[in-house]
Amino acid sequence: MFKALTNGGLAVLGLCGVLILTSCSPEKSASTQAAAAPPVTAKVAGMRRLTSAQYQNIVADIFGTRIAVVGQFDPLVRTDGLLAVSASNVMTTPSGFEQFESVARSIAAQIVGTTNRKVLVPCVPATADAFDAACTRGYFATVGRLLFRRALTNEELDGRVGIAQASAKSKGDYYAGVEAGLSSLLMSPSFLFINETMESDPQHPGKQRLDAYSKASRVSFLLWDTTPDDDLLASAERGDLNDERELARQVDRMIGSDRVKRGVTAFFADMLSFDKFADLEKDTTLYPAFSLAANDDARRQLMMTITDILVTQHGDYRDLFTTRRTYLSDSLARLYRVPAPVPGGWGVYEFPAGDQRIGIQTEVGFTSLFAHPGRSSPTLRGKAIRELLLCQRVPDPPGNVDFSLLSSHTDELRTARQRLTMHATNAACSGCHKIMDPIGLALENFDGAGQFRTSEDGAAIDTTGELDGVRYENPAQLAVALSKNPAIPSCVVNRLYAYSLGRSATPAERAYASKTLEPKFASSGYRFPELLRAIATDENSYVVPDHLATTASAKE
Amino acid sequence: MVMLKSAAPRRAVLRGMLKGIGVGVALPFLDCFLNENGTALASGLPLPARFGTWYWGCGHTPGHAVAERTASGQGIEFLDECAPLKPYAKHINYFGGFNSPLDGLTNYVHHSGWVSARTGTAPPNTGDIPAPTFDLLIADAIGDGTRFRTLDINSMGNPKVSYSARNTYSRGAAEGSALGLYTRVFGTGFADPNSADFTPDPDVMVRKSVLSAVMEDSKKLQGRVGKADQVRLDAYFTSIRQLENQLALQMEKPAPNRACVRPKDAAGKYGQPLASIAVVDEVAANHKILTEILVMAVACNQTKVFNMVFNDAFSSIRRQGDSNTHHTLTHEEETDPKLGYQPGAFWFNCQVMSGCADFVAAFAKFPEGDKSLLDNTLIFAGSETSYARLHGINNLPMMTFGAGGGRVKTGMHIVGNGDPVTRVGYTVMRAMGLSMPKWGTKSLETSKAITEILA
Repeated sequence: MFKALTNGGLAVLGLCGVLILTSCSPEKSASTQAAAAPPVTAKVAGMRRLTSAQYQNIVADIFGTRIAVVGQFDPLVRTDGLLAVSASNVMTTPSGFEQFESVARSIAAQIVGTTNRKVLVPCVPATADAFDAACTRGYFATVGRLLFRRALTNEELDGRVGIAQASAKSKGDYYAGVEAGLSSLLMSPSFLFINETMESDPQHPGKQRLDAYSKASRVSFLLWDTTPDDDLLASAERGDLNDERELARQVDRMIGSDRVKRGVTAFFADMLSFDKFADLEKDTTLYPAFSLAANDDARRQLMMTITDILVTQHGDYRDLFTTRRTYLSDSLARLYRVPAPVPGGWGVYEFPAGDQRIGIQTEVGFTSLFAHPGRSSPTLRGKAIRELLLCQRVPDPPGNVDFSLLSSHTDELRTARQRLTMHATNAACSGCHKIMDPIGLALENFDGAGQFRTSEDGAAIDTTGELDGVRYENPAQLAVALSKNPAIPSCVVNRLYAYSLGRSATPAERAYASKTLEPKFASSGYRFPELLRAIATDENSYVVPDHLATTASAKE
Repeated sequence: MVMLKSAAPRRAVLRGMLKGIGVGVALPFLDCFLNENGTALASGLPLPARFGTWYWGCGHTPGHAVAERTASGQGIEFLDECAPLKPYAKHINYFGGFNSPLDGLTNYVHHSGWVSARTGTAPPNTGDIPAPTFDLLIADAIGDGTRFRTLDINSMGNPKVSYSARNTYSRGAAEGSALGLYTRVFGTGFADPNSADFTPDPDVMVRKSVLSAVMEDSKKLQGRVGKADQVRLDAYFTSIRQLENQLALQMEKPAPNRACVRPKDAAGKYGQPLASIAVVDEVAANHKILTEILVMAVACNQTKVFNMVFNDAFSSIRRQGDSNTHHTLTHEEETDPKLGYQPGAFWFNCQVMSGCADFVAAFAKFPEGDKSLLDNTLIFAGSETSYARLHGINNLPMMTFGAGGGRVKTGMHIVGNGDPVTRVGYTVMRAMGLSMPKWGTKSLETSKAITEILA
């Protein structure tokens, strides 16, 4: 009555061999599930809600990029410099759950739609309302294992098959049943939250560590920003992931994949606050070249520069701040006032020696993101570099301050430097502005839209300054000073480690990052993939802090 | 609607693509459905209590919003900045002279003020929301029986910005798109109360069974998680229950309600992408459209509690071709020696108050029996600063609009004499039926309702 699709259909979407098993037959996944029932009583050390990007990636990886994911989840709150950290804190609101449900139903409906079902649903009913529980069960087992990042229990499967059967019967449509079962998987807390389960740690008596399933998730979300693939999950199911050689093999395999670019992109998008691009708007009267296309391309340019240097070229992390090589589109070429390297597309562009465009901090994406809609902002740029790149906290501004000199455009106060110098004479302001403004003033060669300039209101721009004792004359020299600042590598190590944890690091974990990971990063020549590898392969990364292990156990 | 992965500019996706729907005209709530006084349904049940908030950023220009009074009393003299509100003065209460004592905590700029006024507790750290905002406490008390416990809306289209939260990490995404709001409220799931036919959607039963399975998954996690995650799971349970209630309502034929007409958009306004998410004209236009839909959502009993944001606390609204924003002007613009104020910042404040008047007008013009929707609703409006130039949080500007179905007297200017801002929120909660003996913490704690406005 039913026929199970082999991998032919899914291969059309390029899915098989990626995540959804090398064979897409439900029979295989069912056997896999049966052979690897997970410990569903394991204590949970922490629950991390999926980010929007992770959700999107998972759906694309399992079901293909043709499935649209439209909705708006409860927003994450930047915590300790990262949105990812708040994934362990953010709570579900009624409107947020409404969105979970709406998005889940939409995805499930698309999967069983008449076009997609041929390739995404392996069970084909002989008649519209016929129901084959075994095939449906196998399908849910296959998909559910990837969504839940572990095999489903018999009870979980029975429940989904029951829903599907009842729905199919009531609507006289087999696929309506599959749709209901899929949507229930997509709004389950076992999918929406990365539940980090733990077990006794034989290497650290008295301690708990993440079990193999959670270790697989930790590795996969760090490296690929998505759910574990079949290979990694199978390794977890066999228990092999607790073997350091197998863990290293898996990590090497994943870092060797092109998909690691997505993981790297996800991390830097978080670390560099690229969520702000959604709010970025420039005054098109003042900056006519800053089009909607330029807005989006500016973000992409930063991402392409970062992944090119860190992944493709396996370069030194510090080179991000001194690189002259980047990528340009037509819309960006207009802002940079250079010829588009590949008209109508993207192409590599290398700024010549002596050009002040050097490093990602001089790219349009960075200089426009940290500026006002109609003008530059040395303060915002300086704050961004201090906080985002150097991990140094700039205190909140005092409440009772007169800023009015900042907008005075008299003959004496024509440039931002002149205005800020006046402003910083206020004792309440000077402390913070001294650590922000010199950096930002060095980037005053770039206006609010990131376009190069040498003067403001007819007065020459002075870009000299000092960064933590290092003098510079211009943006190019600031770039060198930045790249040599010891806080640059230290910051990315600590941010990446907290990002991998998906929660605030404990003091002990921060000490581990600085004493162990930072030297490893340095000894690798500041190669970012080596830092990923160091975090992902070190068993210490998976030890559960006592306070989390204790509170979860206390519930028993 | 926004694609989940979107870091795409909001203006490119706001409002959406639906076109060809006509703006609905409010029909009177026919007398046959009300008692003779228009204060209750013919069934004898009182009109539902409705509550909302309206937020604006960057306060007022001192001396140009409302003429000061030395004592509370009837009559509000709106000045030039608030001139658009003059026609509605009799529906408004203005609260002046209420302060936000921080007990030594830092004044986190553009944050401490609204958090103190809306949660009753000063934030101990930047960005903190230490307690639930009072709109949610009201929603907990009166929000049953509608499809949406609350509706959060942002006229700048920013889903991340709302001034309603359970705590720092519990804040729903605001709806900023007309099409998104329309689809959510009046799309699938909306049952026309005036339709002769009512057939429960069979999908509702399927959705309920799906939720049951999800609830089972959630229960299995209980006992396995730590204390903090248990709280998060509880919030997840509550949210499932809320959706279950919503679905249960969809299984029942709604009571006839002639005032309720599904909005139509003949001019195709809902579907037009915003030219800007910050140019004040665009924001005001979006606010007007969103308000139209909201008014009908309230009239159709789809929600009893709502929150509308006109502009954000760090007000990024701006004028096309001007290098300044509202916020930067409030801090950086010099005071004009002749005028005695910052003219650019003042202009923006006037635009904001014009938007405020649009909001009040939309409720005031919507008839319910011999009264208006405004008469039957209570709306709290507030900002985070009094004088944005200096981040002042004393004399925080606050207003209420509407009589809350006769629960509140209006047209009064209340003088706080330095009392905590929480007296206003506490009074509002009392008016909406909450019986808490006190509210707020430390110097913001109060048990003194403003009895002058309580009916």
